[in-house]
Amino acid sequence: MEVGWWGVLIAVLGGAIRIGTPFLFVSLGECLTEKSGRINLGLEGTLVMGAMTGYAVSLHSGSPWLGVLCAGLAGMVLGALHSWLCSFQRVNDIAVGIAMMLFGTGLAFFLGKPYIQPSAPRLPSIDLGGWSDVPQLKAALQINALFLIGIVVAVVLGWMLKNTAWGLKVRVVGESADAARALGLPVDRIRILSTAQGGFLAGIGGSYLSLYYPFNWSEGLSSGQGLMAVALVIFARWQPVGCLWVSLLWGGAAALGPSLQSVGVTGGYYIFNAIPYIMTLAVMIITCSPRRTLVGVPHELTVTR
Amino acid sequence: MSVAVPQTLNKALEPFLIIVGSLTVSMVLFGIFVASAGADPFEVYQTMYRAAFGTSFSWQNTLVRAAPLMLTALCTALPGYLGLIIIGGEGAVVMGGLFAAIVALTMPTAPPIVVLITMALAGMMAGGLWLMIGGALRHYRAVNETISSLLLNYIAIAILNHLVTSTFRDPESLNHPSTHHIGEANMIGVIPGTDLHWGLVFGIVACVIAWFLMHHTVFGFASRIAGGNVRAAQVAGLPVGRLILIICCVAGAAGGLAGMLEVAAIHGRANDTLNANYGYAGILVAFVARNNPLAIIPVAVLLGGIRASSGLLQRAHELPDATVLVMQGIIFLVILFSETLYGRFAKLQKQGAS
Repeated sequence: MEVGWWGVLIAVLGGAIRIGTPFLFVSLGECLTEKSGRINLGLEGTLVMGAMTGYAVSLHSGSPWLGVLCAGLAGMVLGALHSWLCSFQRVNDIAVGIAMMLFGTGLAFFLGKPYIQPSAPRLPSIDLGGWSDVPQLKAALQINALFLIGIVVAVVLGWMLKNTAWGLKVRVVGESADAARALGLPVDRIRILSTAQGGFLAGIGGSYLSLYYPFNWSEGLSSGQGLMAVALVIFARWQPVGCLWVSLLWGGAAALGPSLQSVGVTGGYYIFNAIPYIMTLAVMIITCSPRRTLVGVPHELTVTR
Repeated sequence: MSVAVPQTLNKALEPFLIIVGSLTVSMVLFGIFVASAGADPFEVYQTMYRAAFGTSFSWQNTLVRAAPLMLTALCTALPGYLGLIIIGGEGAVVMGGLFAAIVALTMPTAPPIVVLITMALAGMMAGGLWLMIGGALRHYRAVNETISSLLLNYIAIAILNHLVTSTFRDPESLNHPSTHHIGEANMIGVIPGTDLHWGLVFGIVACVIAWFLMHHTVFGFASRIAGGNVRAAQVAGLPVGRLILIICCVAGAAGGLAGMLEVAAIHGRANDTLNANYGYAGILVAFVARNNPLAIIPVAVLLGGIRASSGLLQRAHELPDATVLVMQGIIFLVILFSETLYGRFAKLQKQGAS
């Protein structure tokens, strides 16, 4: 059966899920961190560290799921370190983020040197395309369980931020540290916990890269997914469920170039890759204004002041 | 004892002591790190010193790496005077290198000196205009400059990759798409008596000019006021918008010049090697130097030295080349953390005096 241009659409959808999943986890992590009023530019380091940890643990233990868990824990440690440093007066969270990015990637490359060659057990995928005869569709519907977990996390996180006492505390700390202190909330502790939990999610996003797609561990594994989390969260208007859609959009845009190549459109490959960045910038230009702040932004965030 | 120290000296002494203290603490932390990896920290430091500053050859190695860092650090340091955090140095380097190479290719018959000057101007203009986008968006649309300059980095890299794989591709660059070579005659030479290209001189001169501009001109004075308090600056009638645009343009021009030098002194063509993370390393140099253009020079040399020592570290101690990345990370985290210590010693001194 000739799929032609339909093939492009199917490949983009499949790519949206496959490439979008790590974006989903880092953006959820960044979203939670930013809701508490901190910005973590160091998630790139967390992601790479998570990828290395996940791969190494999966190789040694034989269990990729244990790898995912340990990747999350490694991310949590880095997140907590970032947030602990930032809880001191006058320590700039953006600068610390860039230093953490350097530190995290450096540490991952250092510790991960022995794991470049060996092959670790891979995370299994769930076949949702068994009903179809079209091979492209079958391939696109091979979905990793982490994607489904990510959807659940997005929905639950969104609900919890809105409806639970814990969510309210995080949001108060993010909106106004002074108000939170007046209420007797431990501002620094809530921020450290939120950033550590955000790091946990970003670490899992990293383990997806090394244990599922592209499924290897090398120094060029991440292409800036962690750095882009900040932009994704702006695009998603600080809504966890929004992060889900934006991650899919991002993944789809990244898959557009290669899938157009398969039908003979070869030009503009790199320009297609840049579409998500151009879109984010465009959205910011349209929605920002000198006279009002963004809708949904936590007011303690340094980037919006 | 400290009571006898005059106030002005005290002011200079504080950052000096804090930075030396943080460097010591980071060296101890890194020493523990390499010791846990099974290497002798004292020998490692000796090797690093030898590889970075031990011989005239290693000094050259260090300085070649320091030169672009000085320029990219200015990309972050100058807007820092206005209270802006710009992290778009990478994009300015890429655009500067790309357009410098493109203009060089349009003038095959011109004498080399003309080509080089045109390349420098084109690179500076491209980098300057590129970062100015971030400044303009900040001023006119209140778009956060940190995020927009980060996004502009990715867009610049995409433009570079697009152009070197299509319009300006040298068909002979098979595995590594690049523009045509700008011609050996047009390559920038070395400083006589050394293997160092002129980039180092450009870097130092740029830092000195930037320092003079920010600390000894009316323009710099106005910028520092605007950075301290935007409302006060507006009330005083300062053109804040124009200051933002000009500073971002000058900062981007420094980055663009770094890109031009990468093309004219090292690669000879524009390709994705321009995207070598000099921009991101420059951000850290600026932060550590606390945005002071004169302090950027030694910090860039120090970082250049750390980077230059990676090869020997690998051969002599079988440590992975990422070891220096870990060291950089530790140093920067400790120095950024030390920011919280400023002012605390003054309090101690006052208490001691009373």
